[in-house]
Amino acid sequence: MEALTEIRWHGRGGQGAKTAALLLAEAAFNIGKHVQGFPEYGPERMGAPITAYDRISDDEIRVHSNIYEPDYVAVVDDTLLHTVDVTKGLKESGGILINTRMERKEILPLLNGYRGKIYLLNAYHVCMETMGKYFPNTPMLAAMVKISGVIGADVFLGEMEKSLAHKFAKKPEVLAGNMAALKLALTEVQ
Amino acid sequence: MAIRTSMSGNEATAYAVRQINPDVMPAFPITPSTEIPQFVSNMIANGEIDTEFIPVESEHSSMSAAIGASAAGARTLTATSSAGLALMWEVVYVAASSRLPIVMAVVNRGLTGPLNINAEHSDSMGARDSGWIQIYAENNQEAYDNMLQAYRIAEHKDVHLPVMICQDGFITSHAVENISLLEDEPVKKFVGEYCPEHYLLNEKEVMAVGPYAVSNYCMEAKKAQAEAMIRSKKVILEVAEEFAAMSGRSYGFFEAYRMEDAEYAAVAIGSVSGTAKDAVDRLREKGVKAGFLKVRVFRPFPGEELAKELRGCKAVAIMDRCESYSGQGGPLGAELTAAMYRAKVTAETVNIVYGLSGRDVRVEDMEKVYGDLREMAEEGKTFKQYPYLGLRE
Repeated sequence: MEALTEIRWHGRGGQGAKTAALLLAEAAFNIGKHVQGFPEYGPERMGAPITAYDRISDDEIRVHSNIYEPDYVAVVDDTLLHTVDVTKGLKESGGILINTRMERKEILPLLNGYRGKIYLLNAYHVCMETMGKYFPNTPMLAAMVKISGVIGADVFLGEMEKSLAHKFAKKPEVLAGNMAALKLALTEVQ
Repeated sequence: MAIRTSMSGNEATAYAVRQINPDVMPAFPITPSTEIPQFVSNMIANGEIDTEFIPVESEHSSMSAAIGASAAGARTLTATSSAGLALMWEVVYVAASSRLPIVMAVVNRGLTGPLNINAEHSDSMGARDSGWIQIYAENNQEAYDNMLQAYRIAEHKDVHLPVMICQDGFITSHAVENISLLEDEPVKKFVGEYCPEHYLLNEKEVMAVGPYAVSNYCMEAKKAQAEAMIRSKKVILEVAEEFAAMSGRSYGFFEAYRMEDAEYAAVAIGSVSGTAKDAVDRLREKGVKAGFLKVRVFRPFPGEELAKELRGCKAVAIMDRCESYSGQGGPLGAELTAAMYRAKVTAETVNIVYGLSGRDVRVEDMEKVYGDLREMAEEGKTFKQYPYLGLRE
């Protein structure tokens, strides 16, 4: 892993892309990294395209700008592939992770000839198998951890168990489903 | 022991508020400062602090309630942004001229229009002549540290002035970053108990706050206020020194980054500073003698001190995240250029307007600023005052 990893998240308002970015930052912080997790804010509307970012580094992070040449990109909603240039600036040494139910051959033409690695995850399937409700950010977070290697999978699951137990202190019944979704996503991302 | 954690600028501010436990907080929500009263309300509901939270119907009312509470003798806090600060306008001046040590967390956001929610300094810069001390933060760490120092400055017997603790909307207020927090006990000891000298609820000393003053007295009152602002400079440095002894983090009126032998310097306020420092490091690797000045305290304005730092420079970019529609640039540009003239510092200057309504500034943008300075000094290139950085044409 490089000393600095930069990740860009594309999602729609309400899907939890910002939360996923912040959770990833928190998990990376917990293993001793310097982190930045931040959203790019515009008009706040459910369903509108939103962007969020992560910087994860071994060194102090001072810069306060958006990320233009990310190592990795996550697309939480595949309908964005038609309207947002999701591979813009994306390093070919890195990769893109897309939540979709489409086949790889259907996705490829939508990526502007991107030549880096392309990872697909059917987050809907993962969610329905484990939580019974569609919260795509949970499996996408796990898949991003796996493809970027910013945190080891076992360490990540341990950290997530702690932070989700804190986050869902008032509804502990959802913890098991979320953990199962993370674990399943780690194996299902291709 | 320092507490190593990660949180946003708004969370860091609220964490400081919890440790300070002010007596009264009137507030009205406005993006991007809304989270601060929200977090504080949660802390009150959870019994972590016993601050009296006053939900009001507007920002004019929040500042009016803050004035009432502070005049009564309570340690008082509020928070706002943008249009909220604009709506307070009339009473912002009353707080300062009544010499009330209120602290206000300002999460900087541009004033309309076009209607926008993002970072800009036009809100607090608009209030720069209202008589409030203004301290700006680069990141969440500084937002926290400045908040802890605020009451020590405001309540000092030589000062008695309100203080704005400013940070950039969203860029730091909503970004989760590493931070080092202090434990409650040393913070409480550092901030201390508030023992107001004169206050309305003191039945042994009957007084009036904010009465009408005829011309025979008004000018003297204003001069006394201006003198207090000048005296605050010493207090700001003393408090910073004591804070450094506790935290290990040093603060002054400004931070000078690689300025010792700098030929080209940029001067700016707030979150762009880290980006500028990265640009300075890149340029230094290429042998360019670049440096950066981050202005932390804008009121009182440390003009003489800043000018002194720029004495050895060939060219200086003074950067404003604010348009003042003067046709001359922004407020930092105007004030620093005047200070340099008085100090007979003759470096070439360019006043750059940047980052309006949250327009992003990259390390590359800052490198271009330094490149322009070199062209100015080495090749005699002149720039039409005053340029906009990153403007789409």
